[in-house]
Amino acid sequence: MFFGNILIWFVVVPILMLAGLALCGQNNMKAIRGVMVTCSTVLLGMSIWLVCDFLAQRAAGNQAEMLWMDSWMWYKPLNIHLAVGVDGISVLMLLLTSIIVFAGTFASWKINPLPKNFFLWYSLLSTGVYGFFISIDMFTMFMFYEVALIPMYLLIGVWGTGRKEYSAMKLTLMLMGGSAFLMLGLLGIYWHGTPEGMPHTWNILEISHYGNIDYGWQNLLFVFTFVGFGVLGAMFPFHTWSPDGHACAPTAVSMLHAGVLMKLGGYGCFRIAIFLLPHAANELAWIFIILTGISIVYGAFSACVQTDLKYINAYSSVSHCGMVLFALLMLNTTAMTGAILQMLSHGLMTALFFALIGMIYGRTHTRDIRQMGGLMKIMPYLGVCYMIAGFASLGLPGMSGFVAEMTIFFGSFEHADMFHRIFVIAATTSIVITAVYILRVVGKLILGPVQDEHHLSLTDATWWERLSTVTLIACLAGIGFFPNWLSETIQHSFKPIVDALAMAI
Amino acid sequence: MGYSQFGAMIPELIILGIFLVVFVADVFSRDGSAKKFLTPMTTVLFGLGTIAIWLLPSCEVSVFGGMYVNDTASMAIKAILNIGVFIVLLQSAHWVESDEVAIRKGEFYELLLVTLFGMYLMISARHFLLFVIGLEAASLPLAALVAFNKKHYESDEAAIKYILTAVFSSAILLMGLSFVYAFSGGSLYYSDIYTNIASGQMSGLLIVAMAFMIAGIGFKLSLVPFHLWTADVYQGAPTAITSYLSVISKGATAFAFFIIFVQAFGQIYPDCWEWMLYAVIIATITVGNLFAIRQKNLKRFMAFSSISQAGYIMLGAMTSSTIGLGSMMYYIFVYIVSNLGAFAVITSIENKTGKVGMDDYDGLHKTNPWLSFAMTLAMFSLAGIPPFAGFFSKFLIFTSATSTGSMPLYILVLIALINTIISLYYYLLVVKAIWINPGEAKVEAFKSNTGERAALWICVAGIVLFGLVPYIYEYCYNAALIPGLGQ
Repeated sequence: MFFGNILIWFVVVPILMLAGLALCGQNNMKAIRGVMVTCSTVLLGMSIWLVCDFLAQRAAGNQAEMLWMDSWMWYKPLNIHLAVGVDGISVLMLLLTSIIVFAGTFASWKINPLPKNFFLWYSLLSTGVYGFFISIDMFTMFMFYEVALIPMYLLIGVWGTGRKEYSAMKLTLMLMGGSAFLMLGLLGIYWHGTPEGMPHTWNILEISHYGNIDYGWQNLLFVFTFVGFGVLGAMFPFHTWSPDGHACAPTAVSMLHAGVLMKLGGYGCFRIAIFLLPHAANELAWIFIILTGISIVYGAFSACVQTDLKYINAYSSVSHCGMVLFALLMLNTTAMTGAILQMLSHGLMTALFFALIGMIYGRTHTRDIRQMGGLMKIMPYLGVCYMIAGFASLGLPGMSGFVAEMTIFFGSFEHADMFHRIFVIAATTSIVITAVYILRVVGKLILGPVQDEHHLSLTDATWWERLSTVTLIACLAGIGFFPNWLSETIQHSFKPIVDALAMAI
Repeated sequence: MGYSQFGAMIPELIILGIFLVVFVADVFSRDGSAKKFLTPMTTVLFGLGTIAIWLLPSCEVSVFGGMYVNDTASMAIKAILNIGVFIVLLQSAHWVESDEVAIRKGEFYELLLVTLFGMYLMISARHFLLFVIGLEAASLPLAALVAFNKKHYESDEAAIKYILTAVFSSAILLMGLSFVYAFSGGSLYYSDIYTNIASGQMSGLLIVAMAFMIAGIGFKLSLVPFHLWTADVYQGAPTAITSYLSVISKGATAFAFFIIFVQAFGQIYPDCWEWMLYAVIIATITVGNLFAIRQKNLKRFMAFSSISQAGYIMLGAMTSSTIGLGSMMYYIFVYIVSNLGAFAVITSIENKTGKVGMDDYDGLHKTNPWLSFAMTLAMFSLAGIPPFAGFFSKFLIFTSATSTGSMPLYILVLIALINTIISLYYYLLVVKAIWINPGEAKVEAFKSNTGERAALWICVAGIVLFGLVPYIYEYCYNAALIPGLGQ
C-alpha cells in the first residue's frame, strides 16, 4: 500500500512537519523548535535505517537495479505516475539531506524575525529535496525539483543579509530558467522515448530499458537536460547566481542549498541526461568537460581574491561542484564514483563552512577577513572547527575531500587521449589553488593577530552550535577513514548507467 | 419542429430561469428596502444551478438541425465557467451593496446572467449564426457592466473603449464570415464548411477571411495585436467585472475558438490557421509579459498578466487533439481559481481602503497575514510553481503542445517556457512587495467580508488541490473525448 513503502515517508514526514509548524503560534519558539527537532531527528533515523537496510539487502544478494520500487498512477491520460525507488546513490543522498536538515535546524536556532514562516519554507524546501531523490518518474522528479527551488526566493529575500533582494531574484530566475530548458528536454524524452505502439512513459527505468530515442534527438535533448541541471550544479557560464545567492542567504539556507540543493544538479545530470541519452553523452561530453573544467579552475581562482568569507566559500563551491560534473562526464565507473563521493564530501564540508561562518558572523557582525583575526584566541572551538573544514576542503588525507578527489583523478586519467589529459591536468591544479585560499583564510582569520579589541569579549560556541558542527565533522571524518563501504555502494549503482553508455557507442 | 427541442438546452434554461427570477424580483421590489434579499437569493440560486449543471448526466444532444450541440466537452466547460461565475458573485456580494451601486444591483445580476447566457450559446454553437448571436449577447451587456461605476470617469471611458472595440471586432468577424460563406457553398454550418473547403482550395481571399476571423475572435480573447483595449478597460471597470472579463469571458471564447478551429476549419488547418495562430501566440505571451513588468497598478498588472495567460491557453489549440482540448479546459479551470484568488484579495483591499497600487502592498504581511498568504499562493500558481495547480496546468498544456513532435512546436514551447521565467519575475514583484519590502504596512489590519472570504477560500482550496488531485484533469480529458479529435 501507499504508506507501506518507507520511501513515501521521506515526503510524508516533511509534510507533517509543515502541518505541525502551521499549527504553531508565530513566535512560540518552543513549539516550533519541538516540531523541527522531532521531525528532523526522525528523518535522520529513517535515513540511517534505510542505508543499513539497503546494505543488508545487497549483502543478502538482492541485485535489483532499484530497491523499494513502487509506482502509483497519478495522471492517467498522460501515464504520469508517482514512482519511487532508490539505489545506492539515492540512499546516500537521502542520508546527506537528513544530516544537513538536522544540522541546519540547530544552526538556525535563534532565527528572527518570523521564525514560523522561516521553518515553513525551510520544510517545503526539504520536502522538494527528499521527493527528488526518491522519484524515478521524470514528472514527479521535476515537480519536486521546482518545489525545492522556489522557497529560496523568500528564504533569501526575507531572512537574508546584504543585497538580498537582488540576489534572491537573480538566483530564482536563473534556476528557474535552467528548469525551463530542463522541462523541454523532459518533454522531448517523454514523447520520443517509447517505441511505436507502446504507451508513453515518464519512468526513467522504462525509458532506459527501451533505449529508443534516435541519435539526432538525443544530441538536442542532452544539451537541454544537461544545461538545465547544470545551472543548479553551478556550471561555468551559469554559475553567477551561486556566489550572490549564498552570500546573502541566512545560515541554514546556505547550508541546505550548497550542501544538498546543488547536488540535485549533479544527480539529475547522470540520472536523466547521461542515463537516458547515453549516445549523446558519449558524443557531446567534450563540450561540457570544457565548461566544467573552466568552472573548476575559475571558481578556485575567484575564491583567492575574495575578502568576504561567504563569497570565498561560494566560489569554492563553484569549483567543487564543477568537479562533480567534470567527473560525471568522464563516463567511467571510477570517476563517477568519485563524483558521488565528492557530492557527499562537499555537501557536508560546505554545510559545515556555512554554519561556522554564520556563527562567527553572529558574534563579530562582519564577514570581512580584513576586519577579523586571531579567532583561535577568542573562540577556540569554532576556530578548530574552521580549520578542520578547511583541511577537508583542500583534500587532506583522512578527510573526505582527499578520498573524493583522488578517486576522481584516478578515474579521469583512465582516458588516454590528449584532450582529456589536458583538462584533467588543468583540473588538478585546483587542488593547489584551493590550498592557497584555504590557508590564507586560516592563517589570517584563525591564527593571525587579533584585529579588533572588541572581539576579545566574544564567547565560544553554545550547545546547539556544537551539536550542529560535531554532527557534520563526524560525518566528514567518517567518509575520510572508511570510504570503502561508500564507494562499493556507489559503484554497484553505476553499473546500469555505464552499461547503457557502453551499448550506445 | 416542436418546442421540446428547447428542453435539450438545459444549462441555458437554468441560466435563463435564474435570470427571470431575478428580473421579476427586481421589478416587483422597487422600494429600496425590499431588495436586501436580492444578493443572497441570486447567489444561492446560482450556486444551486452550478451544482445542477455539474450533476447533469452528460449526453450528446443536437437540436435545431445541428445548430446547437451539447456534447461532453461543452457541458464540462459550462460547468467550469459556472464555478468561476459563482466565485465572482461571492466576491462582488459586498461591492453591490455599496451606496452607489445598491440601487442598481438587480441590473448588475441581470446583465451578468445575460452575458453568461451568450457565452453558453457561443460554446454550444455549431452554426456561425448562433455563434454570432452568442458573441453579441456576451459582449454588449458587458459594456454596460464595465460602465457600472457610472459616476467614475475611468469607468465610462473604459466602457466606451470596450464597446467601440467590441463592435469593431464583431464587424471584422462578420466580414471574414461573409468571405467564408462564399467558399462554403452557401452554408454556415461548421460541418458543411469543413467538408466544402478542401485543403487544395487555398486562395488569397480565404487567407484574408481567416485573418479577419482570428482578429475578430482575438479581440475578445485580447490576443496581441488585438489587445490594446485590455489594460484601460480592466483598470476602469469595477473590480468584479474585471475579474469576470479576465477569466469567464476569456475561457468561453477560447473554447469556442478551439471548436471553430477544429470543426469548421480543420481541413485547412495546416495551411492557414496554424501559422497565424503560432505567430499570434508568441506575440501574445511575450508582449503581455513585457508590459506587465512595468505596471504599478495591480488591475493593469493583472490585465497584462491575463493577456499572456491567454497565450498559454491558446497553446492547447495548437494540436487539434483530445489532449489539447482537455489540457486547455484544465488550464482554464486552474486559471479561473488562480486569477480569481488574486482578484479576491485585490477586491477586499480595494473595498476597504481604495488602494490598488503595487506600492500599497508593501509590508502587507504585517497587518494582513492571511490575505498575504492567499495572494502569494495565487501569484505562485499563476507563475506555475509546484505544488500549486498552476504548475500542473502549465506542464500539461506544454506536454499537449509538443505531442505531435514537430520541431516548430518545440520551439514555440521553448519560447513559452522562457516567457514563464519573465512572468515569474513580475509575479515575484508582488510577493516581494508583500513580504520583503521594508517600511510600515500601508494597509491597516481588517477583516474582509463574508462573501470575499468565501470566494478566497474556494480559490485557495482550488489552487492547492487541483494539481495534487488528478481527478480534475481526468474529468477534463474524458470530457474532451469528442468525435473529430485525434488522440
